Amino acid sequence: MKITFPHMGNTYIALKVVFEELGVEVIVPPKCNKNTLELGTLYSPELMCIPFKITVGNYLESIKKGADTMFMWGGRDVCRIGYYNTLQRDILENLGHDIKMLCVKPMKSIREIEHFLEKLNFVSGTKNYLKILKSFIQGLKTLCRIDEFDDLVIKIRAREINKGEVDRLYSNFKRDINNGKGYRRTMEIIGQYKKKLLNLEIDNNKEVLRVGIVGEIYTVLEPFINHYLIERLGNMGVEVHRSVTSSEFIREQLDFIPFIKSNKHDIHRASEPYLDTEIGGHARHTVGNTVIYSEKNFDGVIHLLPFTCMPEIVAQSILTVIEKEKDIPILKLVLDEMTGETGYLTRIEAFLDLLISRREKKSYEKSISWS
Amino acid sequence: MKKVYLGVDVGSVSTNIVVMDSNKNILDNLYIRTKGKPIEALKIGLRQTRNKLDKDTKVLGLGTTGSGRHLASTMLGADIVKNEITAHGVAALNTVPDVNTIIEIGGQDSKIILLRDGIVYDFAMNTVCAAGTGSFLDRQAERLGIPIQEFGNLALKSKSQVRIAGRCAVFAESDMIHKQQLGHNQEDIINGLCEAMARNYLNNLGKGKDIKPPVIFQGGVAANIGIKKAFERLLGHEIIVPRFAGVMGAIGSCLLAREEVRKTGKTKFLGLDIADSNFNVKSFECENCSNMCEVVKFYRDEKLAARWGDKCGRWSNVQIAKDDEKLA
Repeated sequence: MKITFPHMGNTYIALKVVFEELGVEVIVPPKCNKNTLELGTLYSPELMCIPFKITVGNYLESIKKGADTMFMWGGRDVCRIGYYNTLQRDILENLGHDIKMLCVKPMKSIREIEHFLEKLNFVSGTKNYLKILKSFIQGLKTLCRIDEFDDLVIKIRAREINKGEVDRLYSNFKRDINNGKGYRRTMEIIGQYKKKLLNLEIDNNKEVLRVGIVGEIYTVLEPFINHYLIERLGNMGVEVHRSVTSSEFIREQLDFIPFIKSNKHDIHRASEPYLDTEIGGHARHTVGNTVIYSEKNFDGVIHLLPFTCMPEIVAQSILTVIEKEKDIPILKLVLDEMTGETGYLTRIEAFLDLLISRREKKSYEKSISWS
Repeated sequence: MKKVYLGVDVGSVSTNIVVMDSNKNILDNLYIRTKGKPIEALKIGLRQTRNKLDKDTKVLGLGTTGSGRHLASTMLGADIVKNEITAHGVAALNTVPDVNTIIEIGGQDSKIILLRDGIVYDFAMNTVCAAGTGSFLDRQAERLGIPIQEFGNLALKSKSQVRIAGRCAVFAESDMIHKQQLGHNQEDIINGLCEAMARNYLNNLGKGKDIKPPVIFQGGVAANIGIKKAFERLLGHEIIVPRFAGVMGAIGSCLLAREEVRKTGKTKFLGLDIADSNFNVKSFECENCSNMCEVVKFYRDEKLAARWGDKCGRWSNVQIAKDDEKLA
């Protein structure tokens, strides 16, 4: 059995660790690229969202490398993604590929975690549940460490003195991670690079803009789809905060376990005046986190969503009201298969200009009221 | 000796160059069609500008804007490279200091910019659809056999209302054809189209936005008086079309360059004679990773001047001058 899974930012690192620890051969699909997009759009229904298409592309590229088992998120209560695995299995089978699709559902109870472990049992062929549980926990830890590392990268990139240093370090980090195997080695690499990162020269007094990113999780996390937005903003000297990450996504499901904590309740509280129920996807998070960003005095918020994403479209219309009531500028970017970046860059640059002039005006008003 | 600043706006449809003196007076403005060849258009534009200027004119600074702003900056050496939204905002504030709303319709995009107390406070740009932009009007004018310059005046002659669907360029065109076949007047149809464009703009970009006067209408389409009148009818107040409405982006980048040069004290502009240089572009697909970026190599007089198009910076971040030394 050769297992593969779709890409979503750095989530692959944790999945790779889980399966490697179980002793299964893992095929990581090539980083999302033009070919992935082309394959995906060719074989997907036209009106599907871009995450679906890219995922199909990932599978096809992995199959070419020998993969025969696909691992995919699913289940009800999220959004259309709940049935993506079924549809994708049909698409791949119609193309003549003999594959197996393993679908994981949200893990909101002990029973559901058991289901997940059973799937891992099937994959690994081992009956040793202790080993399975151990690799599952190692996967979760990796996920959290990677997200912590990425948050640090974001902080330092905005303040680096020698331009491009962080990006170079990061590309070496990715290379080492891809060459490394297993939990211990992966953790070692993260630790090493964290040290290197902390040794870089930074300007601690630099006044940076703070921008929160909200929206649909795939578009926030996958750089190929959001045109490397987070790196770009960092290189423009902006400190970005991602409100949705894969570790937070999992923590929110597992937080019925006593020692696991998530921000879910804060987010629900913040979104309550505008949206007090789940409508699928990350809509409630988009609304809640935007309110939280305004409370934390962020300079602005960028809302990312895939074209035809229903939950985020609902959230988008609510954001218009929040923008006025909380007086926080929000830039909405709809992402699809367009690879021409000029339009996005123009909007982002103009948005940053707007944030800078707003900040200058505020500090001017403050200085007037003091004198 | 005359001292001037240059502003360059390389857009999808037109390339504009503006010459401004130190007191913000516009001495000259140029509007030429880009025709998909921004490098050529810029060279022609710059030559024309040079020919019109006195021999002893000194260029103190240059700014670029528009979708080709980075290309223009690499070619000419710009003191400031600014996106068109900010540039339009700066130019409008210079014309009408208390402006609250800017309606800007260009060749391939349309924008709404809201300003409060002299700063840009909110903006929106059309997203995936080209309905309601200059290119669409251009095409319809061509189809009807009317020069685009007369389009607006014809709309004013309309006596009765003909409604055209404006939400989609394709639907609008079939709606127009249908109304023609029914025997409606050409003036009425043209007026209907102008109304459809204005309506579409307000429904699309203006949705949920507080459009307060004074409102400025700029961009290439602002020359069309039919659309100006349609906006006035729909919004219920007067719309200001500035004298240089078509080149406001270039004016904005002129003003920004003036400010920038005041700060830095010197210009990066390579001189007007750069118009006679040869510019060449070569591209290749980088095979270093699975991104397979299309990297562009830009040559000025057979010498590599810049590279761009890569995501990781291994080509664009490298200092070209150092490379040259190594090769030598």
